[in-house]
Amino acid sequence: MLQVKQLKKAFDGFQAIADANLSVPKGEVVAVIGPNGAGKSTLFNLITGHLQADSGHIQFQSQEITNLPPYKICHKGMARSFQLINIFSSLTVFENVQTSVLAQQRLDRNFFTPSRRLLIDETLEVLEIFGLLELKDRPCKSLSYGDQKVLEIAIALGSKPKLLLLDEPTAGMSSEETRKIVTLIKKLSQEKGLTILITEHDMELVFDVAQKIMVLHQGTTIAQGLPEDIRNDKSVQNAYLGEAG
Amino acid sequence: MSANNLKSMKSPKKLSTYLGWAFAVAGVLILLVAPTILTQYYVYLLATVFTTALLASSLNLVLGNGGLLHLHHGVFFGVGAYTVAIVMTKTSWPFAVAILLAPMVASLIALVIGWFCVRLRGLYFGMLTLALGQLVWAIVYRWNALTNGDNGIHAIPVPESLSSINSVYYTTLLVLIISLIILYMITKSPFGITLLATRDNPVRSESIGINVKSHRLIAFVIAGFFAGIAGVLFVLVERSVAPSLLFWNKSAEILIMCLMGGLTVFMGPTLGAGILVLLSMIVGLYTEYWLLVLGLLLLILVLFLPQGILGYLMESYDKRRSMRGEN
Repeated sequence: MLQVKQLKKAFDGFQAIADANLSVPKGEVVAVIGPNGAGKSTLFNLITGHLQADSGHIQFQSQEITNLPPYKICHKGMARSFQLINIFSSLTVFENVQTSVLAQQRLDRNFFTPSRRLLIDETLEVLEIFGLLELKDRPCKSLSYGDQKVLEIAIALGSKPKLLLLDEPTAGMSSEETRKIVTLIKKLSQEKGLTILITEHDMELVFDVAQKIMVLHQGTTIAQGLPEDIRNDKSVQNAYLGEAG
Repeated sequence: MSANNLKSMKSPKKLSTYLGWAFAVAGVLILLVAPTILTQYYVYLLATVFTTALLASSLNLVLGNGGLLHLHHGVFFGVGAYTVAIVMTKTSWPFAVAILLAPMVASLIALVIGWFCVRLRGLYFGMLTLALGQLVWAIVYRWNALTNGDNGIHAIPVPESLSSINSVYYTTLLVLIISLIILYMITKSPFGITLLATRDNPVRSESIGINVKSHRLIAFVIAGFFAGIAGVLFVLVERSVAPSLLFWNKSAEILIMCLMGGLTVFMGPTLGAGILVLLSMIVGLYTEYWLLVLGLLLLILVLFLPQGILGYLMESYDKRRSMRGEN
């Protein structure tokens, strides 16, 4: 579904992504792991068009999407959540998700239908999946950190993506909140048939949900394969141990 | 959960919505009978308030809802007014053409200026609106053949039916009400909600499929259109135009009106326009230093009432309700 080939990106001479390769098969949960500063977030920003690649290719559903603007990539069926909370702070929980649903249906240029009558059921459906129905009329600022992180993902799902990218969905969360997210990821993958690409620090979570793992080290893909192969891979062990040592 | 259960989750209308409408209807009724009580001068003053209120409200679509630091909205107002003036004095075209052309020319200029500005962010956006706006001012100021330069255009002919101050009063009031209703609908439409989203978080907006630049440009052009309409009203009230309409200090005044009333409340700019126009008249009776008073007002405002007067009132109203445990 998603192919990344020999992707490169430098910031002021620093090679953040040197040679990233990734293949995400349809219907699977794929995780990108790597030590801090390995370039995981940069890779995500390149895939979703928030950064421009220096060279290399990104293909989504056999279409070249390298360096397209983010809004076009979203309309092709790829949505993402962010590592830091990135929501619409003055809107209610409901409106946060509704905005995303409206944009997906290309109704964001509709001027004269009151939005409180549009796509209500579609929005409520998304909120239900994420257990946010009770909170829907709250200003999103008033939510707890954990709930805001959940909303963060709900907004992405409002785009009805075929591929969902989750950038450290459990960063800063309690273990109980983390379990909730794990359940959600499994639900989205198994019940909704979503293809999911995830970066995560929590190795337990990664090996729990991922069917395939790609390891990024200093901007380079050093391994890609099944979780058990990655666990036994010498170069991966070196990369992690090297950092620890 | 079934579809029926989901339906029951829909939000009820808030009491404050009904209260808002009650205030609006009462206000309109008072304004409808006002000319029978007031002297001509005050009728004229109120017509000026209506014109300015439309101008400030159109700015707030970009400033408050769009979060864009638009520093020179007066340009579109001036272009609208000049379009009417030029058509009525230099051509033999009918008045109807002049008033239709004015908002269109204003929004065309907004399209050109906005096309450049939406590429920039924050203060840079603001500086470019200022620079390009002053460019338009310079053209109006210098193009003697078309605009009469710094003399302006005076004694602009208008139809017989609009010659009395009372008919001007009712026309400006009607146009203001219709325009405010349309602007209100726009802020509550998907376009309006999406505009708030681009203000809160442009990066996230892009990634949920919104073309932020073009969304902002559309808002900018709509604001220019309504500023152009306000320009038409200005000509009806004053019958003359001058380059000072397009000078940046006029735009600063509109900006302060929005701040004063409150950027986050729809009627905020209208309230701000009312206060500032009436205040400048009263201050004008005693001193020439209106700008000094304006500066002091701005100081008090940003220090003690950053959310604006109406913004503050709404906030404390919401707070009291939530303390009583209501919705």
